[in-house]
Amino acid sequence: MSRSQRVTVIFSVFLASSLIASVLLLRRVDQVRTGATLEEVLYISSPQALRRLSLGYNGLLADIYWTRAVQYYGNKHHDGARRFDLLAPLLEITTVLDPQLLVAYEYGANFLAPKPPNGAGMPDRAIALEEFGILNNPDAWQLYYNVGFIHYMELKNYAGAAEAFARGAQRPNAHPFLAMLAGKMAEHAGDRQMARMMWSTSYQTTKDINVRANAAAHLRALQVDEDVTNLEALNARYQQQTGRFPSSFSELEAAGLLRGTPLDPLGQSYKLMPDGRVELRTPDDFPFIEKGMPFDYTPPPSPKILPSD
Amino acid sequence: MTSRIAHIASNTFREAVRDRVLYNLIVFALLMSAAAVVVGQISIDIERLVVINLGLTAVSLFGMVIAIFIGIGLVSKEIERRTLYTVLSRPVRRWEFIVGKFFGLAGTLAVNTFFMAIGVFVALLYVSHHFQQQDRWVLVALYFIILQFLILTALTLFFSSFSSPLLSAVFAFSLFVIGSFAEDLRGFAGMTHGATRWLATGAAYLVPNFSALNVITSVAHSQPVSGQLVLDNSAYALVYTAMAICGAVLVFEHRNLK
Amino acid sequence: MAAIEILGLEKTYSIGFWRKRQKHALRPLNLKVEEGEIFGFLGPNGAGKTTTLKLLMGLIFPTAGSARILGMELDDPRMKAQIGFLPEQPYFYDYLTARELLEYYGQLSGVEAKLRSSRVNEVLHRVGLPDVGGVQLRKFSKGMLQRVGIAQAILHDPQVVFFDEPMSGLDPMGRREVRDLMEQLKVEGKTVFFSTHILSDAEALCDRVAIIHQGELRGVGAVADLTSSVHGKVEVVWQGTVVPASLRALGAECHVTRDTVRAMLSEANQDAAIEALRRERLRLVSVTPVRTSLEDYYLQKLQPPNATVRVGAKVGTTV
Repeated sequence: MSRSQRVTVIFSVFLASSLIASVLLLRRVDQVRTGATLEEVLYISSPQALRRLSLGYNGLLADIYWTRAVQYYGNKHHDGARRFDLLAPLLEITTVLDPQLLVAYEYGANFLAPKPPNGAGMPDRAIALEEFGILNNPDAWQLYYNVGFIHYMELKNYAGAAEAFARGAQRPNAHPFLAMLAGKMAEHAGDRQMARMMWSTSYQTTKDINVRANAAAHLRALQVDEDVTNLEALNARYQQQTGRFPSSFSELEAAGLLRGTPLDPLGQSYKLMPDGRVELRTPDDFPFIEKGMPFDYTPPPSPKILPSD
Repeated sequence: MTSRIAHIASNTFREAVRDRVLYNLIVFALLMSAAAVVVGQISIDIERLVVINLGLTAVSLFGMVIAIFIGIGLVSKEIERRTLYTVLSRPVRRWEFIVGKFFGLAGTLAVNTFFMAIGVFVALLYVSHHFQQQDRWVLVALYFIILQFLILTALTLFFSSFSSPLLSAVFAFSLFVIGSFAEDLRGFAGMTHGATRWLATGAAYLVPNFSALNVITSVAHSQPVSGQLVLDNSAYALVYTAMAICGAVLVFEHRNLK
Repeated sequence: MAAIEILGLEKTYSIGFWRKRQKHALRPLNLKVEEGEIFGFLGPNGAGKTTTLKLLMGLIFPTAGSARILGMELDDPRMKAQIGFLPEQPYFYDYLTARELLEYYGQLSGVEAKLRSSRVNEVLHRVGLPDVGGVQLRKFSKGMLQRVGIAQAILHDPQVVFFDEPMSGLDPMGRREVRDLMEQLKVEGKTVFFSTHILSDAEALCDRVAIIHQGELRGVGAVADLTSSVHGKVEVVWQGTVVPASLRALGAECHVTRDTVRAMLSEANQDAAIEALRRERLRLVSVTPVRTSLEDYYLQKLQPPNATVRVGAKVGTTV
């Protein structure tokens, strides 16, 4: 082998082995450093200063912080965390860097406001975020919707929700649901129909897959609650008629109370319990349900949000 | 073999010094003095924070500029000026030349950083009036910055072995910027699917991981740096630098000099 | 053992946008240079002289063929320790002084530390730069740089020295000094291989020459052999401006100047010509055998193979 060939072989081997070593070490470093980059947001006391420092590249920086926020929430949610300390600063910095990034405000409403493990449990901060967004995007009806949404869902402040929806309904190109929601608030505040309308609005108007999946999960839960309420009412009528609870859906059919086998939103049949209650076969697939759970049921620590269709 | 490498390294160092590179230290000293004095008068309890942030960022940026400006010419300048002809006709192996050049520039940066470190600590002393426990993390941060320089030097050397100075500068600077967001890049890659995922992940692991070597912000807030991280980062920098130098050697070994 | 042995050394470049066209910088070259001789490598600019030298120095890699210097391969570091190289129009690290540069090169060539300083001073003296050791090279003139180049080539006392256009940039005195130095090297038993397009230097210095043109070797041989009087002609010079008819009849080509005539005729007719002049009472000035100059040989070899050139006449094709 000529000298040159020998050098080539030796250094190629070195190159390959250091490449492999560097990848392995990177993975180790990432483990040691998880969250370290993210935690630095706690040290950014002035997002405005950061915006100035970014020398006009604030849009790109906003995108980077936005992606970090999405990943942060995704990871925490997946792990069933009870604390989402960094979500608020991440979203706040993102929106200061790019106030027109509407999806960040959507995240605020859907994931910053709700209580853990579904969110950070900071509805007031979420509202402050939305109001900041409104200041910078006065014509964006979605932001008023977000405010109303938070008031309704988390703060149970129905008057505040109605007012926000009404404000938003006046914006150009506002979604027609806003006016409707504002109008129906007085009558139907707190009931399932309002909730369904709001989640449907979220589902239809969002472009973010996570928000959409979340809305779909809520809609499924509402469907389950309604189904279970109706089925348990039918069971009660059957019991009145026959003195006992039905053991199968065909008995209900025979009694003329039901047509066909009722299926849950994921296509499985409900279970008829001996004590007249109705249960889901796979309650773990349905976060946010209030009915249809077994007695001693504890929901999994990390709620399972299925990818949206 | 080692003596030839050492001689090439010291000659490279001599070239940098005679090119008046070390004069940047004067600018740095002025900057740090001005900052310390100004900040010392605004006693809102953040003097230490500002001095560390400013000092370490300046060390990092100044060094990066030097690494790129000198690095891009390490090989290409010698080829263009034909000073290499009389070197390679001597019993110097081509790979010894590359390794020697690396150590020369790395040494220059180390010396430069050493003097700058003194400047930072002097400024820190001025605003804090005495050294504190947390100040040792500043040393760790400086050590990480030197590791960054090693990686950057090796990369510019690699580009210099086959590319023009301008392109080398563009490549090196781009890699520095991308490398500073390397952790985010790996996050992005994790969110993609299919063929894009493979490409993105490949790129994300190939890019130098400058983000893990930047602990300026946390050190400024007196956060400690874990010993594990120091070890892992050192190993990573060593290995990555070796990789880039091997690349440079392989390219240069087969290059026809005009 | 031959000092330099070149076996079929070839260099082809692929040029053009799609790298399809071939440029033959050096066609397969076969050459041998013996130890202790001064060998001239002649050719016009772009002939392939520098390409050959760069191939021998390992700066570029051959497309085919091989070479050995002092019996060792071209990438053998032991071989490199015994050769010196002066490139064309050398350029050195201009931030170093002459002494620092030579010290550095000495280190790289493996000259022992204790000998280095004295060798550096010695060699600076030898190339005629005794006082400028401490001056930065950026202040050197072209001629001074050339001398430094020679200095670095001979610093480590190499066996074979390669010079690419060693006279370029030098004034007549400098050229004389370099010629003397090359002679000295030969006396010391070294082999000198140099390329040039200045034929008078080659003629004066070289034992053997090779002529290269358009990447191809056109001729090789000892200078003495190439310039012997192969054409068998004599030049007869007489006073006056008259050319007798008898001399024309002998086939003389005459060239009349102010008060002499120079006539070229074949050696066989020499006596008849002298007799004719005596009869015409013309005064003979000189009779000189005509030698082919190296220039003639050179120009001839530069022609495409089926052309010849007449001695002393302009270049052109003849029957």
